[in-house]
Amino acid sequence: MQELSPNPDSPGPGTTVVAGIASTGAEPLGVEASPPKRFGIGAWLALGWLVAIIVAGILVPFIGLKNTGDYFSFAKLAPFKNGSHILGVDDLGRDQLALLLWGARSSLTLGFGSVAFGMLVGGFFGLVAGYVGRWADTVITGVFNVMLAVPQLVLALALVTALSNDQPHIVGTSVQFSPVTPVRRLVVLIIALAVVSTPVLGRITRANTIAWSQREFVLAARAQGAGAFRVMFREVLPNVLPAMFSIGLLGIGVVIVAEGGLAVLGIGVHDPSISWGVLIASNRAAISTNLGYLLFEPVVFIFLTVLSLNYLGDVVRARFDVRESSL
Amino acid sequence: MTGSPSGEPLLQLRDVTTAFKTPRGLVRAVDGVTFTLERGKTLGVVGESGCGKSVLSKSIMGLLPKRNVVRGGSIRYEGVEIGDAASGALRSLWGTQMAMVFQDPMTALNPVMKVGKQITESLRHHLDVTRQFADETALELLTSVGIPEPHRRMNQYAFEMSGGMRQRVMIAIALACGPKLLFADEPTTALDVTVQAQILDLLQEQQRERFMAMILVTHDLGVVAGRTDDIMVMYAGKAIEKAPTRTLFAEMRHPYTEALLKSIPRLDQPSHSHLDAIGGRPPDLVKPPKGCRFAPRCPYAQPRCFEEEPPLTERETPGHSFACFYPVGTPEGAEALARNQSAAAVAAPAPAPASAPAVNGGN
Repeated sequence: MQELSPNPDSPGPGTTVVAGIASTGAEPLGVEASPPKRFGIGAWLALGWLVAIIVAGILVPFIGLKNTGDYFSFAKLAPFKNGSHILGVDDLGRDQLALLLWGARSSLTLGFGSVAFGMLVGGFFGLVAGYVGRWADTVITGVFNVMLAVPQLVLALALVTALSNDQPHIVGTSVQFSPVTPVRRLVVLIIALAVVSTPVLGRITRANTIAWSQREFVLAARAQGAGAFRVMFREVLPNVLPAMFSIGLLGIGVVIVAEGGLAVLGIGVHDPSISWGVLIASNRAAISTNLGYLLFEPVVFIFLTVLSLNYLGDVVRARFDVRESSL
Repeated sequence: MTGSPSGEPLLQLRDVTTAFKTPRGLVRAVDGVTFTLERGKTLGVVGESGCGKSVLSKSIMGLLPKRNVVRGGSIRYEGVEIGDAASGALRSLWGTQMAMVFQDPMTALNPVMKVGKQITESLRHHLDVTRQFADETALELLTSVGIPEPHRRMNQYAFEMSGGMRQRVMIAIALACGPKLLFADEPTTALDVTVQAQILDLLQEQQRERFMAMILVTHDLGVVAGRTDDIMVMYAGKAIEKAPTRTLFAEMRHPYTEALLKSIPRLDQPSHSHLDAIGGRPPDLVKPPKGCRFAPRCPYAQPRCFEEEPPLTERETPGHSFACFYPVGTPEGAEALARNQSAAAVAAPAPAPASAPAVNGGN
């Protein structure tokens, strides 16, 4: 990864990527004019940004950017040896780029984690509801609807408060708080946000399963003696996956944005973890100063990530639609 | 199921009824069908669209959904009643005892699974063989259904093949576990005319080689002509004529059978001659007409046909049964036709004399 190299001459990730995505915005027109038989440049740029941000997130602990939990140590964390802070420093003197890359870890883990959870749980129950039908469909669809009816923000607040705040213990005559690990906070957040992605993915899976189950090859497989499980997972699921992935990719973006909302309310990831949402929340005050870029940097990161995910989701859908219609 | 040849026929249907519950009422798609199919024989089921042909084969296999379907009568496979069996019990028959070749090979293959895999699936599932053995069997099957370069085709997807090729793959899938009974539900309808004969010949050849019984469902009498042992003609859910193939073509008795045959264009007809289509449509199966169901469209129909339903009975030739009061090729039938034709002759020119004076008056 070029942007992670310690070479001071290389452009920072921000600049490369911003320039890259700027052309993404113009690209879809050209791509959609002709059927996207192959990956267009826009798709490559979107994929490039996502891969860059994921790789950077994975590698950030190994390239000298240690997250010690000590606020002041971040000051030394400039990714470039000469100590220049390409995206500036925040009000505590921490390098903004280092913070953003650390933030990518939490934000992407949250996004992918809760969508993966939704894919597994929602996908499984959606498949069962769509294929088995009758009472299974009634019960599962009912549960999905209940999940959708619960206000997400309130639920996330309740879950995080109940499960991942510092737990009070009475020790002798005084109350002590045992801190909750950041990992636990992250897991609780993933589940809280998955409550939203699960029914959405479940319903998409159910609808597609119903459509594909009507196809003759499903009947043909049954006529060859395949059982319900076999038909669901071998015949129907592979056909439903493209739709699930295309919605799932959109879902990751939604979850990343939702985490930002939670962070602003103070229930984002736990110290010393940082997410893009937490960075937005902690730099809120900067908007009225000449340090406003500190607020906009995480916003741009979220924006580019969501844009890339949406664009890739569209590409996935378009590609699979093309193959379906040529059949 | 050891295939005991203990006098029990392979498949025996008695008075089989299949009806669908709809908001409009009960649709009797198959209404009291009775026949017997011996091992290694071929039965052709012929009729127009919507006459219950496809429902019949799906009903025998038990592939129809449980919900909203009312079934009656008895279906015995090798002497065992399967008409009321749960689909779980039937599943052990599917693939290994009976298999089906579907109408449309475009939709009957899984688009995202390699065709080789689709053949080996059921082999591995039913016969519990090793992957290598299943692959070899699949190769043999593909070769035997006439697919060139089977090695390459194994690793292709359905969309990489032509329609005829896909139907060959469908046949290979159906034959994989060596069924004793093969349903071919209009196997050539979705195919090019040039490929149709090839596929039918392939089916016939496989059927003979494997001593497999086959039920060939079609709307085309020409398709079944040389390829079946018996033919059953269905109309509006009922079997109306049943005979050995030779007998049926030699002395067809039911007016509907005759009409079906006449509706096929023939080379010996002069060009641009009018094709004898059957007027009207099959009746509404929610409220089938009283009497003979074909009567409203029948050139032989007499008042009695609208009142009384003719029973399916065997008459002069053994094995040949039909349901008609005024059969084709009999004195009664000829008389009925003549009566209708003269009545039509009277009715048709009737407006002519009425208009003639009008023309005169104009002058």
